[in-house]
Amino acid sequence: MSAPGSVLSAVRPRRAPVRPEARRAAARTALLGTLLPVLAVLIWHWGIVFEWQLPFGIRMAFLPYPGDVALTLWDFAFGGIKNDAFSGELWIHLAASAGRVFSGFLIAAAIAVPLGILMGRYRAVNALFDPAINLLRPIPATAWVPLVLLIIGIGDQATLFLIALSAFFPIVLGAISGSRQVPQRLIEGAQMLGTSRAGVITKVVLPASAPAIVNGLRISLGLAWVVLVLGETVGVRVGLGATISLARDIVRTDLIVVGMICIGAAGFLSDRLLIWAFRLLSRGRPLIK
Amino acid sequence: MTLSSPTSVSSSTGRMADISVAGLAKHYDATDGSTVIAMTDVSLTVASGEFVAVVGASGCGKSTLLRILAGFERASAGTVLVGGVAVAGPSSDRGVVFQDYGLFPWLTTRENVAFGPRQRGVDRKAAAALSERFLHTVGLAMVADKYPGELSGGMQQRVAIARVLANNPALLLMDEPFGALDALTRSDLQIELRRIHRQTQTTVLFVTHSIEEAIFLADRVVVMTGGAAHGVPGHIRAIVPVHLPAERDVNSHEFNEIKREISAMVHEGVDYV
Repeated sequence: MSAPGSVLSAVRPRRAPVRPEARRAAARTALLGTLLPVLAVLIWHWGIVFEWQLPFGIRMAFLPYPGDVALTLWDFAFGGIKNDAFSGELWIHLAASAGRVFSGFLIAAAIAVPLGILMGRYRAVNALFDPAINLLRPIPATAWVPLVLLIIGIGDQATLFLIALSAFFPIVLGAISGSRQVPQRLIEGAQMLGTSRAGVITKVVLPASAPAIVNGLRISLGLAWVVLVLGETVGVRVGLGATISLARDIVRTDLIVVGMICIGAAGFLSDRLLIWAFRLLSRGRPLIK
Repeated sequence: MTLSSPTSVSSSTGRMADISVAGLAKHYDATDGSTVIAMTDVSLTVASGEFVAVVGASGCGKSTLLRILAGFERASAGTVLVGGVAVAGPSSDRGVVFQDYGLFPWLTTRENVAFGPRQRGVDRKAAAALSERFLHTVGLAMVADKYPGELSGGMQQRVAIARVLANNPALLLMDEPFGALDALTRSDLQIELRRIHRQTQTTVLFVTHSIEEAIFLADRVVVMTGGAAHGVPGHIRAIVPVHLPAERDVNSHEFNEIKREISAMVHEGVDYV
């Protein structure tokens, strides 16, 4: 997942026409950006060839060659190279994982956005939920796993629960801080124009806190992919996390790395998708900075 | 306190929008637990259709008076009636124009002006028509599709005035509305506000720290002095009727006569270093 920076930098309403010098600058930025990954792949390859020992006890000899990983990735996606149990299976696993991530994420968002806004605006709502939320928040998803396995059992539901639970907190915090920072002047403006209490929330507080809410959503979506792997390593057969887990059992390091790459790419793409959806929804309207 | 009715006016809306404030006081609880009396014994009557300006030094309570009338703050004591009805919270009958505009940055100019009518249940088409009409009134039809962030301060304040007018309020409350604008824009808007007031005959309470602006615009000028910083709670020092023709010359002898009189009252008791 890309670092959840400012939404405003990622969500730009309009694009200026590209000029030649701007294109040259963009090309240079792209070149600089690819330098490090290319270097990393080369070091990766030589590290295996020369059986390097790195800090933290990393033994490079145990890694698959980058070339093998690339082949496995191709085969995992399209088949036709190895023709084993994983050939061409990527899309089934990706669909299963993405389905879990988005379901859990949407459940969390559907509860956390309204709750966070109400907590930010109404003292009584905040007093009611704040202690409970802050007591539950520090418990990591990993610590929930044993209990979840006992009370829900192995399977889809447990994964979904862990994702929704983990995604909930960043969203609720984003919504609280966003709705608290709405300028009082905008609220007063709406009130004196005859806006109802509910109208103030939906017509003013919601759009005014949208950037903070989207930041919370982005953090949560990234976290959802993290927790997905955790959830899928226990008792789920289909999914990218399950693939990694199975690859470990059969000692296929190339497949493990392929799974990692796929999850990273899926996390990155889902973040882009979220930004794109938000841009579509806000139709390029200027937001409060 | 005298009530000098201006050249007889009647509200074009037919709604009564007279203000009756009696024995108004405002207390605050300070952080150290003591009570600060910001304003005491403010009594004021404004006739429907009248334009009244309130002047005074910072902290005299003039903005607090306006905010209580708007329904944003509660009075600690006293009665506040608008059109004979006690003020209990904000209402679209009492439009407010703020110094910092308070426009919704994510709405276009057109949408900002249509916002009030929409909230009052006016259908989309009729609200759009109202928006169109009042953008014409303030001369901004050409920027209807721009966002507030793309407009100058003067234009934003025109939009703020238009969005309030679109609600056809009985009372217009203006809290130092031109305070953040440059002198030229300010003077343009003053002239425009006078024209709008003549057209709509809406009752206006206009808070300003510019004595000249108050005399230029108002039928009567309420002078407030005191304030927590001066050890005396804010109160009304005097109410000065402005017996000047509709077209006012700020350089005339009569204008300056009134200006001197009010200036003396505002400055007395204020220690300038």
